[in-house]
Amino acid sequence: MPETKYAKPLPQMEGLAGEFYGHCKNGELRFQRCKCCGAFRHIPREICPECNAFDWEWAKSSGSGTVYTWTVVERALHPAFASDTPYAAVVVEMAEGVRLLSQVVDCPPDKLRIGMPVQLELRAMTPEVTLPFFRRLIDNQ
Amino acid sequence: MLKDQACIVGIGETPFCRKPGSGMSEMTLQLKAATAATADAGLKGSQIDGILPFPALGRAEAFAGALGCENLRFSATLHLGGAAPVAALRAAAMAVVSGTASHVLIPGGWNGYSGARARAAVQDMNSLPGAAIARDFYVPFGMTAPPQWYALMARRHMHDYGTTHEQFGAVAIAMRKHAQLNPAALMCGKPLTMAEYLASPMIADPYRLNDCCLETDGAAAFVVTTVARARDLGKQPIYLMGVGVGQPYPADEITNRRDFHRTGLTSAAPEAFRMAGIAPADVDFAQIYDCFTFEVIQQIEEAGFCKRGEGGAFVEHGGIELGGRLPVNTHGGLLSQAHVLGLSHVVEAVRQLRGECGARQVQNAEIGVVTGWGDFGDGAIAILRR
Repeated sequence: MPETKYAKPLPQMEGLAGEFYGHCKNGELRFQRCKCCGAFRHIPREICPECNAFDWEWAKSSGSGTVYTWTVVERALHPAFASDTPYAAVVVEMAEGVRLLSQVVDCPPDKLRIGMPVQLELRAMTPEVTLPFFRRLIDNQ
Repeated sequence: MLKDQACIVGIGETPFCRKPGSGMSEMTLQLKAATAATADAGLKGSQIDGILPFPALGRAEAFAGALGCENLRFSATLHLGGAAPVAALRAAAMAVVSGTASHVLIPGGWNGYSGARARAAVQDMNSLPGAAIARDFYVPFGMTAPPQWYALMARRHMHDYGTTHEQFGAVAIAMRKHAQLNPAALMCGKPLTMAEYLASPMIADPYRLNDCCLETDGAAAFVVTTVARARDLGKQPIYLMGVGVGQPYPADEITNRRDFHRTGLTSAAPEAFRMAGIAPADVDFAQIYDCFTFEVIQQIEEAGFCKRGEGGAFVEHGGIELGGRLPVNTHGGLLSQAHVLGLSHVVEAVRQLRGECGARQVQNAEIGVVTGWGDFGDGAIAILRR
């Protein structure tokens, strides 16, 4: 594979976000789950907003979800994404109940639907950073 | 209780422009508006003892140093993005009513067209409460700017309530019609039809170019004092009847809201109307923060002018145009006058209540509403009367 520098912005691999993306790098999507009340949460936070407990674990996600809402970016507002347009950004509602922002890959814009089932596809963008993307479930059938 | 205890006594604005740019620093622009507002109020700069600058657009000490405010007693910046000016109106009222300050200045302005900020939004996210969240969880997926984030809200509203592209278009067209009656509006002389609206290029579905606010250079400011002091000043005082500020939950993250359509206004508006002792139906006009067309529809709903889900129908058929059931953004708004961070919405409300609006005057305007929307859905609302 030719050496090309990855020019798009990436998350900072520090703190709780660093832990989240560290699990992605290890091939797993994990969300925080409160060890006191059992509630899943995302974005990562220091304590549980439901019961304010400090004890939590990184619980493995099923990787399954549905599209909660979406947009198709036709004009990038950051130059690093200009060559990607049009791209489908989505909010995925995971089986665990939390939602996360991502993209559905290899999906024609006119096929995007709210409620559409999607499945996790982890992609290593650099040796350090792996991002969680999603693919239409129908693609896997 | 702040009802009828504070007044807006002075307003000021600069001209608005795009190319070639204002040719002034952002501080100079804001001082032009600030001195216009103090002069309008019949005050000297040195009489200002409270200043509430817009986030990231200058420090109170710099304004005070330039204006000669030798006795600055109260300053704060409210980190609510475009909701900051209306939230600052509440803070100013709290300050003057409590005796913390006597005359409070709220300035704001920028080189939104010619400066670097608007075009390099991704580098300027530090003013967002959710800056680190956006950096780590939105931006890597190509979601780098407000129209993209808010498009997610608009799309879900379309799904849940059947809101249409044409209803978004009705908002854009109403703002543009009002701009034709306002010589200061940058879109004066450039009317917009539905066919032109629907043909404008898509930016982030469902937002087209004509759903997005202008990028402009300009500044505005206003001055707040007590009712007692207002009586001694030159201009007709405009009374603050009710005010509220709120945030969605969580405010720093868009995707995991239990109620996806809740904004700051959802809690702020009932508080403001309760304080004022009036109902939304009693309002003669509304200046609604119109960063994008859907945000007008959503704020009309969350402010209580109609039920949630009915905002699309509310704005159709001239409903928010002059002569309609609720004239909205009689100056043309961010969409068709200029983007002055929500300050010009306050200025226009005051002008309407003073009866200074000429061809775009709402007849017998007695009560008006101003809203602000900022960051990931923060909201502020003021109910003003003459």
